[in-house]
Amino acid sequence: MYEFDYLKVSSINEAVSKFKELDDPRYLAGGHTLLPTMKQRLASPSHLVDISNIPDIIGISTNNNEVSIGSATTHHAVATSETINNLIPALAALANEIGDPQVRIRGTIGGSLANNDPAADYPAAALALKATIVTSEREISCDDFFVDLFETALNEGELITSVKFTVPQKASYVKFPNPASRYAIVGVMYAEFEEGARIAVTGAAPCVFRAHEMEEALKRGEELPEIIAEGLNSDIHAGAEYRAHLVKVMTKRAIENAK
Amino acid sequence: MSSTSVSMTVNGQKVSKTVPARTLLVTFLREHLGLTGTHIGCDTSQCGACNVHVDDKCVKSCTMLAAQADGTSIKTIEGVAKDGELHPMQLAFKQNHALQCGFCTPGMVMTAIDFAKNHQNPDEQEIRNHLEGNFCRCTGYHNIVKAISDGTKAMHNK
Repeated sequence: MYEFDYLKVSSINEAVSKFKELDDPRYLAGGHTLLPTMKQRLASPSHLVDISNIPDIIGISTNNNEVSIGSATTHHAVATSETINNLIPALAALANEIGDPQVRIRGTIGGSLANNDPAADYPAAALALKATIVTSEREISCDDFFVDLFETALNEGELITSVKFTVPQKASYVKFPNPASRYAIVGVMYAEFEEGARIAVTGAAPCVFRAHEMEEALKRGEELPEIIAEGLNSDIHAGAEYRAHLVKVMTKRAIENAK
Repeated sequence: MSSTSVSMTVNGQKVSKTVPARTLLVTFLREHLGLTGTHIGCDTSQCGACNVHVDDKCVKSCTMLAAQADGTSIKTIEGVAKDGELHPMQLAFKQNHALQCGFCTPGMVMTAIDFAKNHQNPDEQEIRNHLEGNFCRCTGYHNIVKAISDGTKAMHNK
């Protein structure tokens, strides 16, 4: 790792104002993506602003038909939350399949969303569950948040403070994990709402996306269409055609498992 | 050099040091405190050889800064045996021949103790699932799973 300075902050305002003062800072929460990236010297921030102890961005609450999760809430906390297991069991199950037990005790939902790894699990949940990403500046709809590979709508220094998920009638997340890394080769979050189902796919393409053709087919009561392989990821783990096939298979399983 | 002051309790003893900000917790334990029982295996948060308990939670100490552990209470493999007697989980590893080269063992034992605290009577699959983040390249895991099963019972029956 290159050298850097480290500072702890205790409020959202302090985090944002410190960030603005510094040369090339990064926010640090669980650090389970950032620290490995820095070890590989793929990132060399001048300062790490540790936000993991800000009380306002930790915890889970409900409001009408929404579940709000603070951005520095760990995967473990989501997986074991009684509230989430009752209201959106598919989200708790998804959190419980991220990485391994030690990763889940440190990694956070805000970090996962801000990083927007093409194979991460949470982006699929956010997109399918009509999430609103609340930041230090504004509220961003999930439909606008995920822009491209490792790219989001966040501005420099803008801090995710919480994520509001809409409670679906039923939902399920099914992933086909890479046998070595356990990242999703393809992961599908299926969620049913009054107005229809939302199907969000991770792992298959450079960025999480909604499978609109499949959503429309379901609305019309038709068979799920074939997925076009063009534009999907193709690497040593799985070719684009295989991924296209997996999207349909994982979606079928998610529909069957939804509760 | 950018340095930071850290204070924590390690295996019951208070320690305070000024270290470079980029010091990882595992480096702090091994190189600054001389506690070399905690190993560095993959250095990429996958193998679990560096697992220690931070405020009673099992974490990968290669993916946490010493600065992030400021003010916490840490337990390493050196702190699990009491008065020269092996911890029941260590004893179970020994009795089940759950190690060959032993490199992964400190991390395995720390994971196992953490697991046992939250599971009274786990089945084999639960144990295997919980070992997702611990690699062993010798044993094939079979005896480790048996040891964790026995060790968990021993911890709850004492």
